[in-house]
Amino acid sequence: MSKPKIGFYWCASCGGCDEAVVDLAENILSVVEAVDIAVWPVAMDFKRSDVENMQDGEMVVTFINGAIRNTEDREIVEILREKSKYIVAFGSCAHLGGVPGMGNLYTRESILECSYSETPSVVNPEKVCPQGETTVPEGVLTLPVLEERVWTLDQTIEVDYYLPGCPPPVALIVDGVTAFLTNQLPPKGSVLGPKHSLCLDCPRKDTKPENMLIKEFKRPHETEIDLETCLLAQGLLCLGPATRSGCGAACINGNMPCTGCLGPTDSVRDYGAKALSGIASLFDAETEADIARIADRIVDPAGTFYRYSLPGSLFQGKVFQKEGARS
Amino acid sequence: MTAIQGDGSIRIGVFICHCGINIAAKVNISEVVEFAKTLPHVAYATDYQFLCSDPGQELIKTHIRENNLNRIVVASCSPLMHEVTFRRAAGEAGLNPFYVQMANIREQVSWVTKDMKSSTTKAKALVAAAVRRVARHDALEVRQVPVKADVLVVGGGIAGIQAALTIANSDKKVYLVEREPTIGGHMAQFDKTFPTLDCAACILTPKMSSVAVHPNITLLTFSEVVSVEGYTGNFRVRIKRKPRYVIEDKCVGCNACVDACIYKQPRFPDEFNVGLSKRKPVYMPFPQATPSVVLIDPESCIQLKKGTCKMPCVDACDRNAIDFNQKEEFLDVDVGAIILATGYQPFNPSRIPEYGYGKYPNVYTGLEVERLVNAAGPTQGQIVLKDGTKPKSVGIIHCVGSRDQKTNPYCSRVCCMYSLKLAHLIKERTEAEVFNFYIDMRAAGKGYEEFYDRVMSEQVQVIRGRVAEVTDWAVTPEEEGKLVLRVEDTLVGVARRIPVDMVVLSVGLEPQPDVEQVQRLFNISCSKGGWLLERHPKLAPVSTFTDGIFIAGACQGPKDIPDCVAQAGAAAGEAMALIDKGHVDLEPNAAHVRENCSGCRTCISACPFHAISLDKETGLSVVNEALCKGCGTCVASCPSGVAQQQMFTDEQIYEEIEGIMNYV
Ligand SMILES: Cc1cc2nc3c(=O)[nH]c(=O)nc-3n(C[C@H](O)[C@H](O)[C@H](O)COP(=O)(O)OP(=O)(O)OC[C@H]3O[C@@H](n4cnc5c(N)ncnc54)[C@H](O)[C@@H]3O)c2cc1C
Ligand code: SF4
Ligand code: SF4
Ligand code: SF4
Ligand code: SF4
Repeated sequence: MSKPKIGFYWCASCGGCDEAVVDLAENILSVVEAVDIAVWPVAMDFKRSDVENMQDGEMVVTFINGAIRNTEDREIVEILREKSKYIVAFGSCAHLGGVPGMGNLYTRESILECSYSETPSVVNPEKVCPQGETTVPEGVLTLPVLEERVWTLDQTIEVDYYLPGCPPPVALIVDGVTAFLTNQLPPKGSVLGPKHSLCLDCPRKDTKPENMLIKEFKRPHETEIDLETCLLAQGLLCLGPATRSGCGAACINGNMPCTGCLGPTDSVRDYGAKALSGIASLFDAETEADIARIADRIVDPAGTFYRYSLPGSLFQGKVFQKEGARS
Repeated sequence: MTAIQGDGSIRIGVFICHCGINIAAKVNISEVVEFAKTLPHVAYATDYQFLCSDPGQELIKTHIRENNLNRIVVASCSPLMHEVTFRRAAGEAGLNPFYVQMANIREQVSWVTKDMKSSTTKAKALVAAAVRRVARHDALEVRQVPVKADVLVVGGGIAGIQAALTIANSDKKVYLVEREPTIGGHMAQFDKTFPTLDCAACILTPKMSSVAVHPNITLLTFSEVVSVEGYTGNFRVRIKRKPRYVIEDKCVGCNACVDACIYKQPRFPDEFNVGLSKRKPVYMPFPQATPSVVLIDPESCIQLKKGTCKMPCVDACDRNAIDFNQKEEFLDVDVGAIILATGYQPFNPSRIPEYGYGKYPNVYTGLEVERLVNAAGPTQGQIVLKDGTKPKSVGIIHCVGSRDQKTNPYCSRVCCMYSLKLAHLIKERTEAEVFNFYIDMRAAGKGYEEFYDRVMSEQVQVIRGRVAEVTDWAVTPEEEGKLVLRVEDTLVGVARRIPVDMVVLSVGLEPQPDVEQVQRLFNISCSKGGWLLERHPKLAPVSTFTDGIFIAGACQGPKDIPDCVAQAGAAAGEAMALIDKGHVDLEPNAAHVRENCSGCRTCISACPFHAISLDKETGLSVVNEALCKGCGTCVASCPSGVAQQQMFTDEQIYEEIEGIMNYV
């Protein structure tokens, strides 16, 4: 009997997620033995037609990383959806929009203008900008076109499971793949990870005071960070309380505050709003002026609280598009 | 108890009220009914003229039974009006009362929306929201907590005194907190009171001494409330007692210390006489002050300021009552109800510079003249000018700081009457010619018109017109040395100049200067201008929007003594009704921590009532339901979304939002 086929695909991503698959190291061997990797552009030759020619549902599962940023992303994931029994949104970008999702604070036009003419290192006097179609003597050339905004995978196609993280921690990938191979799948729509937030698993949790109030936030480079004390208690903006556990407190162990890549717990719909309101609840403030002073120390609040999740949040971005918005 | 269908499915009934034409004139009711029938889980929908009426409630009950409804939505008025009604009706039909959700299509829709089309759209959106929400409701039990049996009254003017005595006479304990050194309020400063011309002291001071000796009243003068926690039936109030440097229990008010004071003559402005006389650093505010205890003013006492006085007062007191080391003290009391009777402040007429108050010595306020005419006042009841002579002519200007767009648009209700009272008293004491300048003569109370007739018969002259200016600029020899009132006599239609020796400004009533602080402290609202807001102007005039807190007297709006006393009685009645019931029903809106708490402790710091703690064994947070006040702060703060509040779960709120967004 032939081995079950699986796929990995990337959209708008940094490549880190594919790197994470490679990082499975010896763990990947057991996977490779058990399955036939049919699609994996980062490691193998990939032709669109190969996939188009597959039977519907021919692949058991495809892990798609990256956000949906251009028409090619959209077209391919739509095909993959047809050819795969299960689709897993792999990593923060596919899950909630990820870092590329911060693009939703700008319009497509302003992003293009910035990249192709305003950036100091760009010399482009004719203001050449990528076009969907360009006519040359030999015929018409086509390029994928940037979408109006960044979409999460589930705003584009139906998604069965999510592997959170930037990139997803090895342990969660192994557990996730094993769940498929052993057919022990949780209910559709689940995020494959723990259900509580990071503090519970944090090695520093016992140093967190019961009544914790913050007088001043500090950025990591501005202070000598104690190696044992809860980072939030030291005034560092640690988003562990709002972030799904599963990473083994990787950043905390590196003495850096959690930035929230695993996204929210199951009970929260809008990661940034929840994290913001949780952190704001800790302000040690008597007056409006105190609040303003403490808040002023949070540099780039949108980038801090929505770093990985803007397109998947309730407001999805600064430029609101009604059509296509998730209902 | 719940009439759930055998299969456990949700069956929602939607009832749309016309409220006569209140709603029906603006909302297409049948369209909303038809729309409601299309919503998920809706098993039945209908409309009715007045759902809150008995037949209306009967209709709801019948349909709950006949159609096996297990949730209902009532689209009508504000839940503030009738949530209790409809929950009760549902309960009587065997449903858990918390399976009821209201959609407010009156206050939020028909009363505030112009055209029928948008009203109908809005009504549909709210009905959809309520339907989606109620499907997520849980069966809950009302929490009953016992009420504390004591009452706090704040402010010891006539209103506060009356309320305190009424309650104390019913054998309940009252704490009466007054920030001045004595109770009595403004009424204690008057000589006579309109319309009967009773002597103010004769009717007030017996009440003041009853307060002082009443076994059920704890009188806390020179004290202020600094914090209020809790809720109806269970308030914890912290009271600050300012030091009077005299031990209240020891002082008998003999005034020996006052006589002995190093200052042989009074040197400092006397507050009770509104600065018209002087007092010593140690003083009794006025002879009948209650409690009858002196106090020492730290601003003027040499010992308190510099520590260098020989302190003859201390030696003079054979009861050792003087204590220069007294400090502020705090007292916590638990009470079931609170009555606010904080009164008013008189309008400060320097805000109308044309009237020359503060510029011309012989321009007085009404309150100052009340002191002058008072036998116990600075002039022993003599009405004299600043030079000691008796005025031969007096002009009384009504509506100073009232009915005036530049100051206060409202009528202060008492000024016409007290102006006539002062006219009478001035005439009686001086035989001066008296002119009253009025805009309209407002004499609407019982016996007031008769009082007006009486004063008119005493040859008081009344001139209809708002005085433009008071000036000392004489244009004729007979105006020389006089104050001239320039006015348009609107009945005759001529501009007049009337020279007088003395001008009385009948200042209006304004909210206390610290009303915003009082509002915040007690968590109540104010109406425009700063008067404490009653729950309903007609039907709940002494209640506020905060259960268990009542208002009485001039703090609610300008009014005379009879009205203050009546309101005080009403407020006392409301407070006693609450306390006699013995318990209050609390909405079952406590918070709880669901599964998957991470023990991040955010909620613990956030809870203003210290109701959450970390379970030592599990390392997770737990809410103590008895302490939780249902404020929802922890819910908003919990970064994991697992702290949730009954009646306001995330699911319910999201359903409500989606109901609004998705159907219309
Ligand atoms: C010049 C003049 C003449 C008047 N003559 C008459 C008349 O002849 N007949 C008549 O019926 N009406 C008359 N009135 C109206 C009358 O004064 C009021 O109706 C009445 O005094 C209001 O009583 P009250 O108890 O509500 O307020 P107030 O008398 O103002 O008493 C309020 C009390 O509360 C205290 N207080 C305020 N804030 C606090 C706080 N935060 N904490 C603790 N204590 C506080 C104050 O110190 C004061 O003792 C006259 C008004 C004026 C201005
Ligand atoms: S706030 Fe951050 S450092 Fe502190 S316990 Fe939570 S995850 Fe650990
Ligand atoms: S600590 Fe936070 S940011 Fe770092 S890996 Fe874990 S979830 Fe991601
Ligand atoms: S709702 Fe939460 S924050 Fe508010 S009192 Fe209850 S436990 Fe405390
Ligand atoms: S805030 Fe939420 S997750 Fe954190 S301790 Fe409280 S209930 Fe638990």
